Amino acid sequence: MKILKLIFKNALRHKLRAFLTIVGIAIAVMAFGLLQTVVTAWNAGVEAAAADRLITRQAVSFIFPLPYAYKDQISKLPEVKNVTFFNWFGGVYIDKNQFFARMACDPETLFDVYPEFVVTPAEREAFLKERNSCVIGADLAKMYKLKVGDIMELEGDIYPGQWQFVVRAIYQPRDKTVDATGMYFHWQYLDERIRQVSPERAGNIGWFAVQIKDARQSAAVSERIDALFQNSRAETKTETERAFQQGFVASSGAIITSLNVMSFVIIGIIMLVLGNTMIMSARERTREYAVLKTLGFTGGHLSAFVAGESLIISFLGAGLGLAIVYPVVAMFSILVPKGWFPVFNLAPSTVILAASSAILVGVLASIIPLRRALKTRIVDGLRFIG
Amino acid sequence: MPTAISVENVYKSYMRDKLEVPVLNNVSLTIQEGEFIALMGPSGSGKTTLLNIIAGIDRPTRGRVLVQGTDIATLSEATLAKWRSRHVGFIFQFYNLIPVLTAYENVELPLMLTPLNKAQRKDQVERALAMVGLADRMKHYPKQLSGGQEQRVAIARAIASDPDILVADEPTGDLDKRSADDIMTLLERLNQELGKTIVMVTHDPAAAERAGTVRHLEKGDLLPEEKMR
Repeated sequence: MKILKLIFKNALRHKLRAFLTIVGIAIAVMAFGLLQTVVTAWNAGVEAAAADRLITRQAVSFIFPLPYAYKDQISKLPEVKNVTFFNWFGGVYIDKNQFFARMACDPETLFDVYPEFVVTPAEREAFLKERNSCVIGADLAKMYKLKVGDIMELEGDIYPGQWQFVVRAIYQPRDKTVDATGMYFHWQYLDERIRQVSPERAGNIGWFAVQIKDARQSAAVSERIDALFQNSRAETKTETERAFQQGFVASSGAIITSLNVMSFVIIGIIMLVLGNTMIMSARERTREYAVLKTLGFTGGHLSAFVAGESLIISFLGAGLGLAIVYPVVAMFSILVPKGWFPVFNLAPSTVILAASSAILVGVLASIIPLRRALKTRIVDGLRFIG
Repeated sequence: MPTAISVENVYKSYMRDKLEVPVLNNVSLTIQEGEFIALMGPSGSGKTTLLNIIAGIDRPTRGRVLVQGTDIATLSEATLAKWRSRHVGFIFQFYNLIPVLTAYENVELPLMLTPLNKAQRKDQVERALAMVGLADRMKHYPKQLSGGQEQRVAIARAIASDPDILVADEPTGDLDKRSADDIMTLLERLNQELGKTIVMVTHDPAAAERAGTVRHLEKGDLLPEEKMR
């Protein structure tokens, strides 16, 4: 017999109680994992941001446009490698409940500045050639069963009218943090039509994405770009893509903080559940601990017994919880409209956090019962009637 | 015969609501190696306290306890725990077996603290269980055994590590007459055949009769010796 075997047997001595505690921990770990995944999904844009990309937008607000003509001026800066741009289109696809990013872009430079959108050379060529073509993400294609050659019909809201696009490319995300639910089409197609109905709105774009040669120069380059347009009719604000994305996330800061607090409250609940089980279990075993001490087992042995039992239960609960959280996250990502959380994966950091929390909870939950077991004198323990 | 246990002027008191309650009043007692002594007395006379002090699971308030030359009252908790595992085997009234362990595993428990390897432990456990007549019950859990059998497993656990001294607190107190008789026969054998020094607390005069020496305690005082055989 090994000491570990005794710890295992003790941990599962009261099968129903052990089962309920393990299931309780598993549900809590699952809820923790799910909440943390939501937080991670919220921050996905920040995580996916490239270090060598800057975003230049209107200084007053993101919603105001910038002149297309700025592109050439920015491109001429020696620190700049590539410049592309986007224009938020909005519109309605099928009905108002179908949400995903629809943007006009510069097809010539999109894939140079965003190499994380992976397309075949043939598809890229096809997308470039056709004025009313679009490229869509693989997840979006899957969601609406779209394939190359299909027509996507959008009803414009910011840019009124009926808009038809031909799917000419489907991009694959380079990794799991890349949003594969976007739709991008030729800005020129949009601009030409707008020029006919609202000429005063023509020649404008939403924001520039600037790829720089040296990521370490981002602050200096940002200043140089903004300096180019100082005192112009549309001053700019340039920042790193990460800072730009963080600006979006910051507006939902209270929600994220709430989710984080809730997920750690859950950890606290696990500790109470396990602590309660361990206190009951150790109290019932007061006499046994006294017998073990009588036989010559030391405080170190008792610590191993009590903490070991607590850790086994927390490990089993955490293991079960982590096994459940994967299908739950997968199911959640199917049920929630894809546009809400374009990237919804269980991050390795969440798994590590949940597992390390389980270890910590296992150790903490054993402190009170262990203290009691160590402090009880042998003669008092032998007289204990539980 | 050399002295196994020497209790010298042991005084023991407990504090109860700020009141000092004396339990043992300067008790002195000498037990020779290979002696089988029964401690008797009414409840509260201090016999179990004296047994606990001899076994090193309680400490005297004053006085010395020398067990095979070691003053156990001066040992630290950790050293005392190690000393107990090597020198003393315990037999309790309610057996105190670990319910999740089989008879074999219960007997093996004190051997986990020794440097014996698995094969050596197996040999010791099987011998101890054979000695108490339970070689065929090794894989049984305590709940699958009768009271008498459980006590025999407890005795096997007490002798497995081959201690010099066995202390037994009311070993027949929870048993029917026949099982009690079997247990006393077994203790007699351990004393006579293996030369174990046995200190037993009992209320049962029939059990006490089987010991070589009977000592009575009353209100913490040890009465004069009474030789049984």
